[in-house]
Order: sequence, then C-alpha cells, then structure tokens
Amino acid sequence: MSTIAVLVEHDRGVLNEASFEALSIARTLHPSVSALICGGNESLADRVAEYGATAVVLIEHDLLSDYGPEAWGAALVDWISGQEKSVEALIATGTDRGNEVLATVAAKLDLPMTANCLAITPGTNGPWNATRVQWGGSLLEDVTLTASMKVVTVAHHAVEAVASPVPVAIKTHAPVLDSSVGRSVIVDRVVREAGVTLTTARVVVGGGRGVGSPEAFAPLEDLASLLNGKVGCSRAVTNNGWRNHADQVGQTGTRIAPDIYLACGISGAIQHWVGAMASKKILAINTDKDANMVSRADYAVIGDLHKVIPAISEEIRKRRSQ
Amino acid sequence: MSLNIAVCVKRVPAPGSRINVTADEQSVDATNLGFTTSPHEECAVEAAVQLIELHGGTATVITLGPPEAEEQLRYSASIGVERAVLVSAGDGLSWDPQRTASALVAAIQSVEERSGQFDLVLFGNESADAGGFQVGVRVAHALGRPIVNGAKGIDVSDDAITVRRPIDAGFEVYQLPRPAVVGVKEGINLPRYPTMKGRLASKKVAVDVIEAGAEAGGQVRVRLHRPAEKASTTVVLGHGPEAAPAVVDLLEELGLM
Repeated sequence: MSTIAVLVEHDRGVLNEASFEALSIARTLHPSVSALICGGNESLADRVAEYGATAVVLIEHDLLSDYGPEAWGAALVDWISGQEKSVEALIATGTDRGNEVLATVAAKLDLPMTANCLAITPGTNGPWNATRVQWGGSLLEDVTLTASMKVVTVAHHAVEAVASPVPVAIKTHAPVLDSSVGRSVIVDRVVREAGVTLTTARVVVGGGRGVGSPEAFAPLEDLASLLNGKVGCSRAVTNNGWRNHADQVGQTGTRIAPDIYLACGISGAIQHWVGAMASKKILAINTDKDANMVSRADYAVIGDLHKVIPAISEEIRKRRSQ
Repeated sequence: MSLNIAVCVKRVPAPGSRINVTADEQSVDATNLGFTTSPHEECAVEAAVQLIELHGGTATVITLGPPEAEEQLRYSASIGVERAVLVSAGDGLSWDPQRTASALVAAIQSVEERSGQFDLVLFGNESADAGGFQVGVRVAHALGRPIVNGAKGIDVSDDAITVRRPIDAGFEVYQLPRPAVVGVKEGINLPRYPTMKGRLASKKVAVDVIEAGAEAGGQVRVRLHRPAEKASTTVVLGHGPEAAPAVVDLLEELGLM
C-alpha cells in the first residue's frame, strides 16, 4: 500500500512540535502516514501517534546521534529507496531544518522540492496542485507537481496542529550511510539565553522606527518583562543598529506567533507584517491612524508610544498591587 | 592564508515594494519597481568581503539573471568584490530552482577551471522573492561539497569552515571541511555602504558573461496571485495614555496578566 512520509523533527530527543503541523496536513491527504524520525527513540512515537501517524519509523545510525542536514537527508533517501516507489510524497514543516533536509533529499533524488505550501491538493494517479508562499507570504504561487514522489514543505504556522490519535505501528530502519555525510553534523552548541524567547513568548512587544533610539526601548523592555514576554523590532531598527538582528521580526528575521503582539511605532511594511501575521491578536500603538499596521491590527491605540507604553506598565502595576 | 570565495546573488524587486502580478499571472509586474540584491545575499557579499579583508584572497560575485543584473554585480564590486560573473538567463525561460541550480553549477565549474577551486561558495539562505529554500543545497550536492544554511557566523581556518547558526536559545556550531558551501542569513553583519571611490572602481570591473543552458525542472507554475486580504476591522481601544486601562482589560481577557 502506498503512504505519505512525514519528517518529524527532534533535537536530541526533544520533539519539535512544528512537525505536528505537517502530520496534520498529511493525514487529510492519505490514510497511511509514516512518520520518519532520524535518530531519536521509541518514547517519541506516542506523541507522534497522537497527531495521526499510522506508522513511526525510527531510523537508527551512529551518524544520526545529532542533527546534520546531509546525514538526515541521506537517511530519508535510504528509507525511501527501500519502499518500492510506494511513497507518494515526503512532507515536512517549513522550518530551517525541514526545508534544508527536504532540499537535500530532492537534490539527491533529482526531484523538484516545493517549499512553504499553504494548501496541497493531491490528484488521483496524476499531478498534484499546491499553493505556495512567495515574498514571505505577500504573494502566492499555484504550482502543478508532476514528479513521481512529491517533496513538499508546509509553511510553518499555516496549518493548525490538531491531535487525532490512531493506532500506530512502530518500526525501525538501519540505513546504509556514507561516512562523508557526517561532515555537516553539529559539533557544538552555545546556549546564550534561558527561558522565554521570541518564538516561544506569549507576548511580544515590538518597536519600530517610531521608538527613535536604542535607549528608548527601555519602556518596551519594562512592559515585556512585566508580561513575561520579549521585545522584538522591525528591520528599520536593526538597519539603524539600534538592536541586534536576533530581535528582528519579519521575512528576513524571526517569524513570531504569540497570543498578542504589541506593535509600537511600526508602520507595517509587508516585510515586517509577514513575520508577525501568525500572531493570534495584534495591537498597534501608533500616532498615525492610517498606518498599515493599524489598519491590519485587531486593536489599536492611537497615540505616542513613549506615553502609552509607560501608562500601560503603570496600570499593570497598579492592578497587581491591589 | 589566501581564500578564493564565490558569492551567488539574485536581483529582486526591493523588499517593501507592493508586488503586482502581470495580466497573464505568470510573473511579477516589474513596471515601477526598484531592484536590489536579495537581503540575505547582500549580507553574504559583505561576509565574503570581510573574510577576504581578514585572510587575503579574491571574492567573485555570480548572478543568474537578465542583463540588468549587472547593476547588482557592480554594487558588489563597489564594496570590494573583485570579480563578477553574469550567467545570462535567456528571455522567456522559466527559471525553476532545479534549472537555476544546474546553470549555477555549470558557471561555478567554468570559473573554477580558469581560476582555481573556490574554498567557499556563499548563498543567501533563501531569495526574498521566490523563496525556494533549495538552490544552494542543490549546488552543493552537485559539486559534492557540504552545506549548512542559516549561517550567522563564519570563521575560516586552514582546513575547516566553522558555521554558527542561531537556534531559539543560542547557536549551533558546525565545522565543515574545505571546500564548502554556506547559506547566509541577514544579521550575520550590517552591510557597508559603498564609498565614492568604490563606486568609481566598480565601473571598471570586467563582467564575464556565461550563457546559461539548463533543462527545466518538474515544478510548473500555474499562476501568481495576491492572497485575499483578511477583512479586518480594527477596534480602537482609545487615544493616548488614557487608553491604558482598556489595553490591560484586553490583556486580562486573553489570560496574559
């Protein structure tokens, strides 16, 4: 029987929940979903089954003890090659690793790779259609996929991960890997920051050109820390050297998905918007009621952020002390 | 140490522009658009120049594009890249990622035959427009060289290239044998502006033109279109600092207090 294979990401045994999005879309496409885990262990299988995988394949090899794009790509290709062309598609969530590993698989098999899809429509015994993101989401491209095996990533945050437990078969696979694929495996990690980060924060307070200077971010930092959130910024801010690029929200920065994004003094250029649009709610604080960010936001406060933000922090402190 | 570095760039409409689609829905309407180097690649060019300043050697900028892409090659030259190669994309061809990668591989091999192997080939992590996330990987695979994407730090030693790549709470470190390919992300540096002297010098840089010949890949464009705008009605919570209680009410409602 044919199947759809899904790359399930983990980092030294910790699942990346983004992969549940790829599993969720895969099970709408095919009754058989095989979750492929490079390295990792059996304890991961239960969580994966919650999201609808009918089979979990643990691919085991010494070269898979930590992440490496070539090693993971080669491991997937080795498993696929043993399936007698029954794999209709290989899907991953379009994270850094997801896109990189699937591009490696596509390069090795000389197949097209369709990155960051919002929708996938399988054809019966024929080409598939998909809609993919261009320009970070400000333009869409409809494509036809004619390859024997479709290699597709799903744009992160585009599909909701929905649990749907099914009985799961656990298999293991021992691939034959050339030692050369070990050359791009992680050799070390430097952990700089503990606790909440821009991608995990439930509250992000973003500042744009309107903040005016590096020092003027202090009230934004204060508000963010009151709400256990993080400060983000627009590209204009990093281009001015006011903040580190690691804080940049946008197409070429970080994609955020907090419960609320407070966009302060940010005009809302498309490059910023596509990084913020997965936020559940957006509150824009801006002096210009016609700014893009204001008209696209769920909520707005029209006014000077330098006065509004301290007032919000003061109100929070007042209520907490009561 | 003397390094031989190639950096592959793409000419794209300036980020931030409103992108319109042509009537046949097959391409971006270039009328009234300003063009630039794709942002991650602008940083890749700066990274190449900094590595050459540190270790000595030569940087070569390569682009696949229309004749107008010479503008992006000369911009790279104006900040210190010595050599420029235009891989000429014929009119009317659709440049999917597989075809683009094949043409770049042929160009890189042709340059290497004349002036020696590149120790390092740099790409941007993804182009600002098509965002295929794969051309660098395909080129690395065809050349038999390792690649890591998402680089926000590159150090070169005699036998290795060390890449730092941001993760949620810090950095992953990779150590690639030379020669290697690396995909760079914006933020690795703040690209410099060209000096007047650099601009004048860039006009004299010879641009090598290589004709691109490559077969189309298997992903076929049906149409380009703009996403439906989410009909949003913005609720104005108030004006000025007097709006603070309404904001905090909202935070309470969302369970964030």
